[in-house]
Amino acid sequence: MANSLAISGVNAGYGSVRVLENISLSVGHAETVALLGTNGNGKSTMMKCVMGLLRPTSGTITAEIDGERMDLIGRSTEEIVDLGIALVPEGRRLFPKLTVEENLLLGAFRKSARGAIAANLDSCYETFPRLKERRRQLAGSMSGGEQQMLALGRALMSAPRILLIDEPSVGLAPILVQRTIDKIKELKERFGLTVLMAEQNFNQAVRIADRGYVIVHGQIAFEGRDADELNNNELVRKFYLGL
Amino acid sequence: MRTSTFSIVAFAIGLAVIVFTRVFFTNEYFYFAAYVVLQYVVLSTAWNILGGYTGYINFGISAFFALGAYSTVVLHKLPELLHDTWNLTIPSIPMPVMILVGGIISGVIGLATGYLTLRLRGVFFAIATLAMAIVAQTLIVNWDYVGGSRGIYIIRPAMAPLGGGYIQYLYSLMVILAVMSVCIARWIERSQLGLGFAAIRDDEQAAEAGGVPTLRLKLIATTLSGALMGMAGAPLPYYVTYLDPTSSFSLAYAVNAVAMPVIGGMTSWIGPVIGSILLATIQQLATVTISSALNLLIVGLLLIAFVIIAPKGILGVVEAQQRRRATRLANLAARPAQ
Repeated sequence: MANSLAISGVNAGYGSVRVLENISLSVGHAETVALLGTNGNGKSTMMKCVMGLLRPTSGTITAEIDGERMDLIGRSTEEIVDLGIALVPEGRRLFPKLTVEENLLLGAFRKSARGAIAANLDSCYETFPRLKERRRQLAGSMSGGEQQMLALGRALMSAPRILLIDEPSVGLAPILVQRTIDKIKELKERFGLTVLMAEQNFNQAVRIADRGYVIVHGQIAFEGRDADELNNNELVRKFYLGL
Repeated sequence: MRTSTFSIVAFAIGLAVIVFTRVFFTNEYFYFAAYVVLQYVVLSTAWNILGGYTGYINFGISAFFALGAYSTVVLHKLPELLHDTWNLTIPSIPMPVMILVGGIISGVIGLATGYLTLRLRGVFFAIATLAMAIVAQTLIVNWDYVGGSRGIYIIRPAMAPLGGGYIQYLYSLMVILAVMSVCIARWIERSQLGLGFAAIRDDEQAAEAGGVPTLRLKLIATTLSGALMGMAGAPLPYYVTYLDPTSSFSLAYAVNAVAMPVIGGMTSWIGPVIGSILLATIQQLATVTISSALNLLIVGLLLIAFVIIAPKGILGVVEAQQRRRATRLANLAARPAQ
């Protein structure tokens, strides 16, 4: 059953500040798509629009979940999570004063997810054995890498079909960035996820991405149909890598 | 312990306390003092459901409390009103019904305030609730039927149900209310609801992004918290026999109901219970031995002391001690035998 995401002509902003201008992008079934761009170009805003945390001023966002096509704009975040879309927020945004297990349980707060909570918790601990060891520990007391694993685990607790990951590399040491990116690839294959990943770390993101978009000042500046196209593009080299 | 078992045990203890005190304590003053202590158990537990569990600081306690009290005034005068206007005769309304109605009214007000103010966060929410208390007081001051600013005298029924004096009856009801509110708080803490509340307290935006219905949870918290406060206030007119806006909307209720959970510890149901029993008992003792004017001073000093020395309250101190002991034991066990 196909799971995909299509964003078309989206404009969005905060108050009178326009952040996204006529953004269109798509994520096909079982694809990993990277949304590349430096700080302040609108990557997180795009994620918020998909999750219903911010309402676009115009444009459409549709998701296809298990073959059923649905309009996401106008739905509440809870409904969108219910449909099978989950977000790993920027900077992890864990609940630092709650335990690891409580953090995971909060990923499955919705009634629809609670039925399978035991199975999802098991599969989460299986994927991240470290979290099982630390399940009684406060989330805030773990290392950055472990926290990122917990953030990924929490998002998986709602058994999503489409996973949005906002800047998984933020605040992590280079070796951990590499491990996190590897883990995302592993998760994607293991659970058959469709992934949209916003990332600044170009080289790491391109390593696992099937395709990518470069976002500059709220507009899609370039669309790369594969890693090579992204790597060998003048625009990317000039605006993004500063080469 | 499971919630149902805990509730049964708690109610059994409550009933035992009622029977024991009413058999052995003949001094009326005991009941007057114990009523106030129990009233604060309910108030601080109610405050903690919103303030401690979700982290939204409510300073409008006196509004919910006094509206509960004034709903009783209206119900008290209702038979007379019905008789005069429609020549309808109804018996006077029993106290438990008044408590229920007070709870419903304050609960609805809680829901409404929640709806209007919960988009505000942090200090702005606190200011809005403070403003609400002032609005509610102004309304009561200008409502002549319930006595307006000059207040109203309520004559207690001569006979109390369950035998004994009326104050003993009010005391018994307050024991039950206190047990009930503690059971509710403990149930919340251990349920899905409590987990959601804790998520809101820790990082509301993250909770929202993860699909936790934050607005709905916050509305549940304000409604429950408001309803319990209203229930705590409902018997007040019969306790004081003279109710006026200045004293029933007194800021002292708000200060106490905030200070007690802070001193006891806000993360668990037991914190407000410890804080309110401790603080309210000290206040009652000070009222008798020194002067009632000292009460707020005591609260103020204790509050400052706790914020500096033990910001997580008595509960925080106990927990830290337990953790230290556990680490010590773990270290001992880990050390190779010599």
